[in-house]
Amino acid sequence: MDSNLVGRVLIPGNAAGPLFLLDSPISFWGGVDPHTGVISDPRHPNHGRKISGTVLGVPATIGSSSSSAIMLELLRNGTAPAALLLGIHECILVLGVIVARELGYPTIPVIELAPAALARLPADQPVSVTEQGSVLY
Amino acid sequence: MSGGLHCVGCPIDDIKEEKVVRLTAEESAIADGGAGEAAAMGMRIVVEMARLMGARELIAITSAHIDGCLYHGDGGVEFAERLVALRGRVAVPTTLNVGALDLITPKRVHSNPHQATMARRLMSAYVELGCEPTWTCAPYQAGHRPSLGEHVAWGESNAVAFANSVLGARTNRYGDFFDICCALTGCAPLVGLHLEINRQATVLVETSAVSSRLKQAGEFYPVLGTWLGATCGSEVAVIDGLPADLPEDWLKALGAAASSSGAVGMFHIAGVTPEAPDVSTALGGRVPRRTISLTPEAVRATRDRLSTVHGGRIDAVAVGSPHFSLAEFAQLERISSGRRFSVPFYVCTGRSTLEQLESTTGSAGLVQRGVEIVVDTCVVVTPILPSGGGVLMTSSGKFAHYTPANTGYEVVYGSLEDCVASAEAGCVIRDESLWS
Repeated sequence: MDSNLVGRVLIPGNAAGPLFLLDSPISFWGGVDPHTGVISDPRHPNHGRKISGTVLGVPATIGSSSSSAIMLELLRNGTAPAALLLGIHECILVLGVIVARELGYPTIPVIELAPAALARLPADQPVSVTEQGSVLY
Repeated sequence: MSGGLHCVGCPIDDIKEEKVVRLTAEESAIADGGAGEAAAMGMRIVVEMARLMGARELIAITSAHIDGCLYHGDGGVEFAERLVALRGRVAVPTTLNVGALDLITPKRVHSNPHQATMARRLMSAYVELGCEPTWTCAPYQAGHRPSLGEHVAWGESNAVAFANSVLGARTNRYGDFFDICCALTGCAPLVGLHLEINRQATVLVETSAVSSRLKQAGEFYPVLGTWLGATCGSEVAVIDGLPADLPEDWLKALGAAASSSGAVGMFHIAGVTPEAPDVSTALGGRVPRRTISLTPEAVRATRDRLSTVHGGRIDAVAVGSPHFSLAEFAQLERISSGRRFSVPFYVCTGRSTLEQLESTTGSAGLVQRGVEIVVDTCVVVTPILPSGGGVLMTSSGKFAHYTPANTGYEVVYGSLEDCVASAEAGCVIRDESLWS
């Protein structure tokens, strides 16, 4: 881990895990099973892969605003990613984390990165996220 | 930043410095607990979201529509019950989206006992907060119709697209939790589609290559919406060249499909929707960032992508996403008259529409033909379809989008006429002539 990127901190925190960069935009509602953390939309290219414990790179989100509810359930069920790296400006997934914080559930860091920076991160390699918004790889 | 809450099209580099959110004295009083602990918690979340969204201030809203009453898991129930325990009460008239139960015919839904109990607790909690038990994804069919220029906080993606585009009310996409926080506090971040500049189209869609016959067919609009969502994401588009007399149900279907395949919060149709008397007005007098010509090939490819199978046996039909309107019931009555369905034919609707149907033509004829009317909920959000999977046919672009992941069924898209013919035959019958 000798390289680093700095993003905008939406929810601060420290975390580490293998980088899982989604190959296409996702709707968590209808797209991720909150009990297992597995991508359940058969039309998504990463269908069947588990997001739990990963540093999840999300290039874009689509579809239902109920995705914040799925984010909350993932946090409650312990099936959430270790951190979210967002390649877009979106607040629906972040809202799930904010509500989790209000309810006293464990939360995860959320960092916003430029899309080009997100794409540069090494797939499936260990990365870590710091409170200041650095992504180390 | 066109989409506010959900600016998919917004390059990160463009995001301005975070601003301090300035509150009025009244808003500060709510934040300090002057309107109770629940409103204070709501204000904490609204202000945090305002900061993340880059808002400088909040705006007073006149109504809310709550998407958060659909059970997705126990966390959502804990959240709503926390607000009830803190003696929360909505500050503006507020309608409720679908829940996970059919409260009028409970046996329709085969949830496990835990899910059914929690879904009911969730629905009860929102009613206790003072929301109206409308249980519909089409509040605009249940008398909740804010007028042009009114600021509201609506959840449910199709309702958001409808409120902005068809009614000209102003709302961002307020999802679960955020919607009730706005309702409890009576305000929302002043950003995104609340601001005039972000409501103006940046994309022009030309449709002159599409046949006028197709434009006169209801089944074109879910396909157009699906294409729009996939092509434009959260960019606001103005579509030119469509008939001036588009029925409200077709606009509803367009918006629902567009907000399923992309983060579409608003669209304009030149000469049809209230902020688009013509293309130039919809564009705010500016040159479009992009002009796209919709081709017949793109229409056909999009229509094909709405189905995971294209022929053979079907196991059920489901229509009514968004919830079926009275006009759609009348159309179904007309085209299904004298026929008998050989597979279950689910029609999802709101209780207020069902009441109006019962007090006018009634539903006996439809029920006799094999129609099962699902109220307060729908087939893709809760287990209603026979277990074991199979093939579902639908005239809804939104159902076509969500059926495979949410129900395990394969899906085939067709017109309402196709659905009726197929439900009678038990296999896919589609009029292909429109699309060739």
